[in-house]
Amino acid sequence: MAAPILRRGFPGGRWALVWIHGGCRHRNGAPTGPTLGSTRGRSSVAQQSLQTAQKPRKGEHKWETVVGLEVHAQISSNSKLFSGSKVCFAAPPNSLVSFFDASLPGTLPVLNRRCVEAAVMTGLALNCRINKKSLFDRKHYFYADLPAGYQITQQRLPIAAQGSLKYSICTGQRRSQMVTKTVRIKQIQLEQDSGKSLHDDLRCQTLVDLNRAGVGLLEVVLEPDLCCGEEAATVVRELQLILQALGASQANMADYEIQRQISELENGGEILNETRSFDHKLGCTVPMRDKEGEQDYRFMPEPNLPPLVLYDTSCLPAGADPQQVINIDRIRDSLPELPSVTRDRLVGEYGMLPEHSFVLLNEVGLLEFFQNVMKETRAEPKKVTNWVLNTFLGYLKQQNLAVSESPVTPSALAELLNLLDRKVISSSAAKQVFGELCKAEGKTATQIVSEQRLELMQDREELERLCHATMDEHPQVVMDMKGGNPRAINKLIGLVRRASLSRADPTVIKEILERKLSP
Amino acid sequence: MTSRGLDQQSQGQVRSFGVPVSARPTVSLPVSAPCRWGGCAAPANRVPGSLPRSEIRPIETLGVEALADGPRWLRPCNAGADVDLSAHQSPGPGVDRLNTSIMLGRTLREVSAALKHGQITPTELCQKCLSLIKKTKFLNAYITVSEEVALKQAEESEKRYKQGQSLGDLDGIPVAVKDNFSTSGIETTCASNMLKGYIPPYNATVVQKLLDQGALLMGKTNLDEFAMGSGSTDGVFGAVKNPWSYSKQHREKRPLKPCGDGDGDEDSSWLIAGGSSGGSAAAVAALTCFAALGSDTGGSTRNPAAHCGLVGFKPSYGLVSRHGLIPLVNSMDVPGILTRCVDDTAIVLGILAGHDPKDSTTVQDPVKPFVLPNLTDVSKLCIGIPKEYLVPELSGEVRSLWSQAADLFESQGAKVIEVSLPHTLYSIVCYHVLCTSEVASNMARFDGLQYGHRSAISVSTEAMYAATRREGFNDVVRGRILSGNFFLLKENYENYFIKAQKVRRLIVNDFLNVFNSGVDVLLTPTTLSEAVPYAEFIKEDNRTRSAQDDIFTQAVNMAGLPAVSIPVALSKQGLPVGLQLIGRAFCDQQLLTIAKWFEKQVQFPIIQLQEFMDDYSSVLDNQKLTSVSLQQ
Repeated sequence: MAAPILRRGFPGGRWALVWIHGGCRHRNGAPTGPTLGSTRGRSSVAQQSLQTAQKPRKGEHKWETVVGLEVHAQISSNSKLFSGSKVCFAAPPNSLVSFFDASLPGTLPVLNRRCVEAAVMTGLALNCRINKKSLFDRKHYFYADLPAGYQITQQRLPIAAQGSLKYSICTGQRRSQMVTKTVRIKQIQLEQDSGKSLHDDLRCQTLVDLNRAGVGLLEVVLEPDLCCGEEAATVVRELQLILQALGASQANMADYEIQRQISELENGGEILNETRSFDHKLGCTVPMRDKEGEQDYRFMPEPNLPPLVLYDTSCLPAGADPQQVINIDRIRDSLPELPSVTRDRLVGEYGMLPEHSFVLLNEVGLLEFFQNVMKETRAEPKKVTNWVLNTFLGYLKQQNLAVSESPVTPSALAELLNLLDRKVISSSAAKQVFGELCKAEGKTATQIVSEQRLELMQDREELERLCHATMDEHPQVVMDMKGGNPRAINKLIGLVRRASLSRADPTVIKEILERKLSP
Repeated sequence: MTSRGLDQQSQGQVRSFGVPVSARPTVSLPVSAPCRWGGCAAPANRVPGSLPRSEIRPIETLGVEALADGPRWLRPCNAGADVDLSAHQSPGPGVDRLNTSIMLGRTLREVSAALKHGQITPTELCQKCLSLIKKTKFLNAYITVSEEVALKQAEESEKRYKQGQSLGDLDGIPVAVKDNFSTSGIETTCASNMLKGYIPPYNATVVQKLLDQGALLMGKTNLDEFAMGSGSTDGVFGAVKNPWSYSKQHREKRPLKPCGDGDGDEDSSWLIAGGSSGGSAAAVAALTCFAALGSDTGGSTRNPAAHCGLVGFKPSYGLVSRHGLIPLVNSMDVPGILTRCVDDTAIVLGILAGHDPKDSTTVQDPVKPFVLPNLTDVSKLCIGIPKEYLVPELSGEVRSLWSQAADLFESQGAKVIEVSLPHTLYSIVCYHVLCTSEVASNMARFDGLQYGHRSAISVSTEAMYAATRREGFNDVVRGRILSGNFFLLKENYENYFIKAQKVRRLIVNDFLNVFNSGVDVLLTPTTLSEAVPYAEFIKEDNRTRSAQDDIFTQAVNMAGLPAVSIPVALSKQGLPVGLQLIGRAFCDQQLLTIAKWFEKQVQFPIIQLQEFMDDYSSVLDNQKLTSVSLQQ
């Protein structure tokens, strides 16, 4: 399909410093895949794009939304895809630029083994066919932060193709049913990231930072199997989890990015009737095709890189230098647990509801938190799950905190749950203790319980005396009870609890009261 | 597995995952019989040769009078590169110092021996060369003369010699480098406005290897802009003049002009040096250095070597690193070597060859410096004569010399057979498509932003790009960029680029078939004729010229094979004519061994420039030490 262009004229450039570039701003971000279009989000580390297209169903006048995705994920590696420059976020501008990254004449690309391994891992995790021979291509366009005038990518023969990704979405009126669906993966390709252009509108100039230029990207191209923005967002999240589990990419999108994607996709899915893409800077969708600037990327084989050849155990050349060959089977054997397996394990091991397993994985760090609590508590898994997903996560959401920023450690929560489990405290007291823990004053749950005298009354005789005294003080309520009002006993229980300063276990109170009142 | 564990700090850079030979660039050569560097045995099966000799090798008077008493190259010869200078020298304080001027006409190997024996010091040699560079400035061989660098290097070399710690054969040897190789701290222009003033921060691998051996970098030599051309006439610094224009040999034989002598005559009648490495060739031919690096994409090293009476060697693709060579066509470029004799080429190649972690297309096999054996028996060799190379444009003289060379091999017992490379016809057109496409891509980086020329026009980024490229590139470069972008357009890609790649494969297969049939080397002309006067050369445009002049050389680049041009004789006009030997992929050493034998037979004369430059007079005084055999 035609190449998309986002263009905004900006006359009156100025040329001041080596890395400064003035003049008109435009962005030619584009997919290499033949069926999908994209723009590249410049502000997030993992970038996504979408295309919505609509096709009429046969015999119907109804329109169906089709969403395809291309996800660019930055590969976690120490050095860049084709050069030895370090990869490091937020380094001083242009401090991580090799001669190759700056495209000095005569420099040549040298492929980074780590990036190839990350791509193979991702391909395997996404059930792709790994191509034992893949090729690199040059994709040409002029842009200030693309110093060579072309990007090295894998257009013709990518490293992995024809995979699939399972994802689950909630359906039904109450959105309580989980339905598992599959999206096809068209291909996974290795490619270079570009540099960054920082536009200074005041001075009419553009600053170029090449730190990111040449960083390895995994471009995952999905077939247009998705039907709405929610599905797209779910798939992106699942992919993100997989990449993180593999260590292939940090894929560290912020939550707002997901939210933005969801609303954007939903908007796109409902409203658009043309191929449009989202422009981060303009904050709205814009038409992807620009007849004037329809671009031909003039793809050409990259002549400086021999075909990338991978092996499996059956075809590993004898005596091959392990540093020089990549064995697909070895990578497969060392794949970590993938999110879907983790979720199944949680459901099986802890009797958790499937949707709860999704929440545990979707929140960064929450699963680890849960597992650490589980290690230190004897409380029932279901109880722990409830506490972690409701009380703990609820508090974080309310305070807009990440799990890593939580004032409550897994050990502290485990201690609290242990107190609850041993019936040292009531669940309402536990909530109160949790609130205290969140203040992060350095006190343990046990300390808080004893300081605030929150222990349940363990002395039954004392409790019986308390019940007796309360009944004496409230003869009318006792009368009501005896008269057959079922709610009266609850009132009495409440009165006893108040008298006990909430330290009495309501079930025990009820038991005592019922015994005392029985004829 | 943990992600951290995978990613070692050293970050193993994957060079190539395959067997080296198969890990070739996009058009990978199916080297079915991987006869490796150095160990190339001739296959036993030979195609019985019955060829219409008269058709391809017509007996024709050579026009060189020396032939009256038999071809000179058939005479036994004991001069040449085997001269042992130590035999009559006594090293030490009381060393019998030779006039340093004598050294300039010597081969690299000879002068290296002289340095080792203290007959001359690196500084003396360097100064002598610098002085000659100044005197021959009119040749326009050098774009940049790195005098200070060279003298400093000479000083360091001298220290090493004094301490007995010479780095090897190249220590103290003046060399020149084509101005399309990156040289750290030294301007590298590609003879283009685009890179005027560009000072690279790094050395090309081949340059670094020369420097590591103690070679003295005399300067950067002239070329056609970005090596696009076959005459060294189309660079922004002007054309290179062929030193043979001023040789005694040529001056005595060239057609007389009506207006006789005088400077005006000089200006109008000088000859082109060939190209695009014409500066490197002129620098070596004018004795200003002992070896020079060229680059060879379609014949750019062999062509000027032939025109300047030098050995011009194009190694197998993948044997020598391209890192730092500013590319013309990545899949065909190789650094080339220009020297006065084959042994010198072998010395330089021994140092340059080998895997470079910075160039993924270099083969991984280790390569060691080597000495070429003296071939005494050629009877086991099979020489192929490709019939398609007999083209109507080939001059009678070159044709005759080609024929005699074939006879020479045959008379010494080699099997000489006619062979066919049927797709030769399509080679130039195919080359044009592939070359311009890669050029269009490679030149995209020159946008005026980071280095090189930037136009003053700054209305918009696009306007700046356009103006920068218009001002920075000459018509030839811009024309090739335009063509290349046309061929790479989506609608044209299949019809041009893909087709050209297929034709390239056919051309590669042509060579493979011939070599698989038992041929050891192919013998062909290097150029259609001897060097032509500049005035005549520029009558045709660059594209036409390149297409004509690359005809015998460029298919070799498509196939990645090693090839060498050997100067064989002087033409009627007293100008050098070279013939080309083409070898099997990675049989460079075998090729050079045969070339050395051939060189010894033909006894090509040394250039005589004494009429022009006083310094040369002494060269002739010492003829017994040089491999000079003058044609009368």
